[in-house]
Amino acid sequence: MNNLLVLPMLLPILMGVILVFFRPYIRLQRVLSALTMLASAGASAYCLQHIHLHGIMRLDFGDWLPPHGILFVGDSFAMLLVTAACAVSAIILLYAFASTGIETEAMFFYPFFLFLVAGVNGSFLTGDLFNLFVCFEVMLLASYVLLVLGGRKTQLKEGITYVLINVLASWFFLLGIAYLYGAIGTLNMAHIAVRVAETGQGPLLTLIAVIFLIVFSLKAGLLLYFWLPGSYSAPPAAVAALFGALLTKVGIYALYRMFTLIFTHDPLLYKAVGVLAVITMTAGCLGAIAYSDIRQIVSYNVIISVGFVLTGLAIATNTAFQGASYYLIHDMASKALLFLLAGTVVYLTGRTNFHEISGLIRNYPLVGWLFFLTMLAIAGIPPLSGFIGKVYIGLGAIETGSYILLAVAFLSSIGVLYSLLRIFLNSFWGETIISEDDQQPFQKALGLPLVLLAVLVVGLGIGAELLSPYIQDAADTLADPEQYIRAVMGDDVE
Amino acid sequence: METLITLLVGVLVAVGVYLLLSKEMLRIILGTAILSHAIHLLLLTMGGLKKGDVPLLTETAAEYTDALPQALILTAIVISFAVTAFLLVLSYRVYQESGRGLGLRGQQDE
Repeated sequence: MNNLLVLPMLLPILMGVILVFFRPYIRLQRVLSALTMLASAGASAYCLQHIHLHGIMRLDFGDWLPPHGILFVGDSFAMLLVTAACAVSAIILLYAFASTGIETEAMFFYPFFLFLVAGVNGSFLTGDLFNLFVCFEVMLLASYVLLVLGGRKTQLKEGITYVLINVLASWFFLLGIAYLYGAIGTLNMAHIAVRVAETGQGPLLTLIAVIFLIVFSLKAGLLLYFWLPGSYSAPPAAVAALFGALLTKVGIYALYRMFTLIFTHDPLLYKAVGVLAVITMTAGCLGAIAYSDIRQIVSYNVIISVGFVLTGLAIATNTAFQGASYYLIHDMASKALLFLLAGTVVYLTGRTNFHEISGLIRNYPLVGWLFFLTMLAIAGIPPLSGFIGKVYIGLGAIETGSYILLAVAFLSSIGVLYSLLRIFLNSFWGETIISEDDQQPFQKALGLPLVLLAVLVVGLGIGAELLSPYIQDAADTLADPEQYIRAVMGDDVE
Repeated sequence: METLITLLVGVLVAVGVYLLLSKEMLRIILGTAILSHAIHLLLLTMGGLKKGDVPLLTETAAEYTDALPQALILTAIVISFAVTAFLLVLSYRVYQESGRGLGLRGQQDE
């Protein structure tokens, strides 16, 4: 049954390749890509349950046993993220059906959408450092194309910056891999962890760890986020939502994997992550409050949440890992919703500055109330989904006495609330400036994915009890890397 | 041998960084390409050079070459070609759109 593990990556890739040949048949492409996303979400949910019952899943390609072959490892942490990514991107796909123009759709929009999801899922699942690089590249190449698809001037301009930054980051990643291979002689993550534990994490390995920290920080937007607000606000709403929901999460996942499994022996690195997270949250709040462009504010909110999730890594206790897992899943759903809502507002009014928009809630009550709901969820008001993650990360911070992290993390929530409240007050409240005649019709097809995501956001909060066994598993594997290593290397760890 | 190649990598990195810091789009792209090749060479060097035989055939072979770095750079080279090709096309589109030789930095930065 372990073969199921490959489906979340294989299905989108295969279907993406097939859809390339059906370029003129837009409807067929829509149906097939929606089915693919549903199937991968189903497969990953099944795997999640399987992992909960029978332990970590492993798939050795071609029966080459680790550490010699390449492999997929599915533990609860990875699988939770894969499931959330599949579910969220399936809903974003629904939005894309309604909002993306025919011309863009005919330019291989759906294949690249699927490739992006495949790359994301592959990065979550792979148990091999080099394959992590390859999956990153699959994801990034698809994201380059999606970012510039449509060819508006801002898209091209931001596209160039985004591509160059990521190309550089990728070569740094490769540099880290080269050094690590030179120092340790293996690329299987569990095997590296064993060897690092054997030899001890000397200065050389810490240096390599710092290279990886820089690389993944760049991908996740931890401190090195200067490329992020521009490139996340340039593409159309559906693509921006996909970026906001998935791309930074992959970097965060990689950071968690590296620093809970491999480089666990140097407390200084955790301190460094903590400092970076504090700076990221502060700067993200400043950015979110400084701008009056809705899309910029929303992009800066991504940065704040990156900082917040990584405080969980800096604290590094079981409780904090639980909080981080909850928060990551919540963040995928709510950031997707936030980006879609921002995109919808821009689409409906044709303006991006919230000073020029007013009284939208009279014309589009659904959008207004959903925005309010999302705002509460992201700020962490119970019983919505952000609450539990924040509580657990807070508990973890109190356990270890990291009060500065605690204070900044919770103050950043106020920053989030304030920045989104400004949008809400300015553009949804007040006198409406759109007359009945000028009102753009709000299609039901746009509303459905928004409502679905909102249901997901509320459901993640109320159904936290249902989710908690899986989260517990995930936190246990993160807190105790032995489990992961034993699942990959077998019981006879050298 | 390793020292020599490492020096070569250093020179390539220097050239790559120099090109990256220039204003011409085309030079920047070439810079990324050269930088990527420098790192491919480094990857190969890190696996150890000149061990003097074919890749591992039997378990008891006294001398063998590590095949893994070669497999790795094969993949990495393909990816780097793809990315470079994409960058070239993208910069051509930007050139078409903006109608002038595009430096990454516009007038206002100078």
